[in-house]
Amino acid sequence: MAEAAKTEVIKKKAGPAHPSGDKRFKLLEVTMKRHQFRSDALIEVMHAAQELFGFLEVDLMFFIARYLKLPPSRVFGVATFYNLFSLRPKGEHTCVLCTGTACYVKGADALLDAVEKLAGIKAGETTEDGKLSLVTARCLGACGIAPAVVVDGTVKGLETPDSLVQQLKGWLPNG
Amino acid sequence: MDRHELHELGDKERRSRPRLRIRCCTAAGCLSANSQAVLDKLKHAVAAQGLEDEVEVCGVGCLRLCCEGPLVQVDPQEVLYQKVSPEHATPIVGALLGGSAGVTQGDPKSPFFALQSSVVLDNCGFVEPERIESYIAADGYQALAHALHEMEPGEVIDEITRSGLRGRGGAGYPTGVKWSMVAKHAAARKYIVCNADEGDPGAFMNRSVLESDPHKVLEGMAIAGYAVGASHGYIYVRGEYPLAIERLKIGIKQANKMGLLGSRICSLPFDFTIDIRIGAGAFVCGEETALMASIMGERGTPKPRPPFPAETGLWGYPTLVNNVETFANVPGIIRRGAAWFAGIGTEKSKGTKVFCLTGKVKNTGLVEVPLGTSLRHIVEDIGGGCPDGKVKAVQTGGPSGGCIPEDLLDTPVDYESLTALGSIMGSGGMIVMDDKNDMVDVARFFMNFCMDESCGKCIPCRAGTVQLSRLLTKIIDGRALNEDLKRLEALCGMVKETSLCGLGQTAPNPVLSTLRFFRHEYVSRIKPPTNGRPKPKVPAASADDGVYTPF
Repeated sequence: MAEAAKTEVIKKKAGPAHPSGDKRFKLLEVTMKRHQFRSDALIEVMHAAQELFGFLEVDLMFFIARYLKLPPSRVFGVATFYNLFSLRPKGEHTCVLCTGTACYVKGADALLDAVEKLAGIKAGETTEDGKLSLVTARCLGACGIAPAVVVDGTVKGLETPDSLVQQLKGWLPNG
Repeated sequence: MDRHELHELGDKERRSRPRLRIRCCTAAGCLSANSQAVLDKLKHAVAAQGLEDEVEVCGVGCLRLCCEGPLVQVDPQEVLYQKVSPEHATPIVGALLGGSAGVTQGDPKSPFFALQSSVVLDNCGFVEPERIESYIAADGYQALAHALHEMEPGEVIDEITRSGLRGRGGAGYPTGVKWSMVAKHAAARKYIVCNADEGDPGAFMNRSVLESDPHKVLEGMAIAGYAVGASHGYIYVRGEYPLAIERLKIGIKQANKMGLLGSRICSLPFDFTIDIRIGAGAFVCGEETALMASIMGERGTPKPRPPFPAETGLWGYPTLVNNVETFANVPGIIRRGAAWFAGIGTEKSKGTKVFCLTGKVKNTGLVEVPLGTSLRHIVEDIGGGCPDGKVKAVQTGGPSGGCIPEDLLDTPVDYESLTALGSIMGSGGMIVMDDKNDMVDVARFFMNFCMDESCGKCIPCRAGTVQLSRLLTKIIDGRALNEDLKRLEALCGMVKETSLCGLGQTAPNPVLSTLRFFRHEYVSRIKPPTNGRPKPKVPAASADDGVYTPF
């Protein structure tokens, strides 16, 4: 009898952290536990959440708020304050254009124009088919090879509008 | 680990080094040019020729001349290979035994390298950032051990004060004074914070230091902890610097394991732990009160000072906030003495400063020079001047700084001289502009940056930067009248005087300095006055015209 009760407890403990049963919530819970559910670890937890889910859904922010015992407004406030947190899903591919001073002086605006024209989206947007997200960054610190671009996580330097368009063309229907 | 073991470990590491050493840059600039593959191929090539016992191939930090990367340097021959691709690995190893590799060679004795002097970057490009043994072999952690064994905390602070070291984050506050302010507060807990939220566009000094020599910063923080009586430190690193974060994590782990961080450091009753906090992309978090808010998991908005962090910082406890480069200067001062450090630089600005020379200049990369060096020396002698065209201005201090025109390039680079010209030292970005760059457009670029990055807490900064940006756009489009120029100047003064934190207080600097030195570029775009004739039809004022309507 006692044995059965014990398994019941374990089952309850190991149950899904979230009603959807999505395992990623469990992983996030482990991260929060490592921070002892301290509310000042909010940014750390949100980094982890974004890494797991790709972006911060409203439901996910409620989940974090409940576990860290914070008002949802505070979680939402932090999520919208920082540029690296995204509330919308990202495209399959991302192109990050550096718009730092060194890149700007060396013609980053021409790169931006070229990509915006090619993809028909503005900086910060994703194409309708979800293929490409165009993001601008405030200095990647790769000023020595300006203008710099990050295409799917790979930093590329000394880009020209033509060389960049060549790389992105394949992902776009009109390319 | 005690001092004796530290020495032994350093000796062992130095003895185990073969005669020939191939150093391949693995900092972010060269990595993005595929230097990891170059490093792997070099190792393969050495193994293939059976030279493992005679040649050591190591991945090191920044070799400075970023525009020519990936860079590979061979010791002791002092051969510098530039723009190396993985296919070059075999010829480079072949050339060790004599002959030429047929790869583009740079000259390690060229002015770019020869005219620099290294204090902060002395290990940069020599030690392997992911191996603590390599740092120990370069006398690493000796300063910490010396301070713990031989010096009282007060003596450490005195040494720093006497060295004349000033904060390298921009404002130039004397470091020793800051330390003694934290030290004098009796509190149950104190914190050390390293500000590595290097947000200035066009600046990557801190990133290079963290990627090339992370232990130096950790050691500096631990010494600071001992001096002020803190046992916990945070490094707040930009989320945009994944490699720096990775190397810091490795560094902290290794130092903990060796007893050089953590509890009972050097077997003495002194504990110091370091945690990493990763930023999430907010420029304002470089401001110390905003940075502390961010460490505590809040929105990074600044608070009015006083109370200063030295009094009420993280969770209400006294907190010492210093920049990466400031901490990186500390081990050298303790090891070599305050007098040595005070001998470098000018009367009021001691030591060296690392700059990131970028923009329209031949040699872009990392430059370290004694304070007081003239801008012309940096741009023309070290940087090699403008590749095509003529230098028009040099921008220092990022969005908080100003543009210094060509005819004032003989100005020495120190805190006071730059402030007198309406710029600031800042964290060390130095962007060269040539005659093709439009200064009004540059001013708008920085204003837009401040507008986007304003946290929105205080109105002068939140609304003022928007209005300034619109006025600048109006001038650039040729729609502005003389009154607009006056309004621009008045608004600059208002934003500067009334903003809450450094971001707003310095946001008008790029406009003010370009107005001061390049006023003709503004005036030439102003519509001429109508001289009493009927006014030409001015397009109806739109919301974008910089007319301030509160709500």
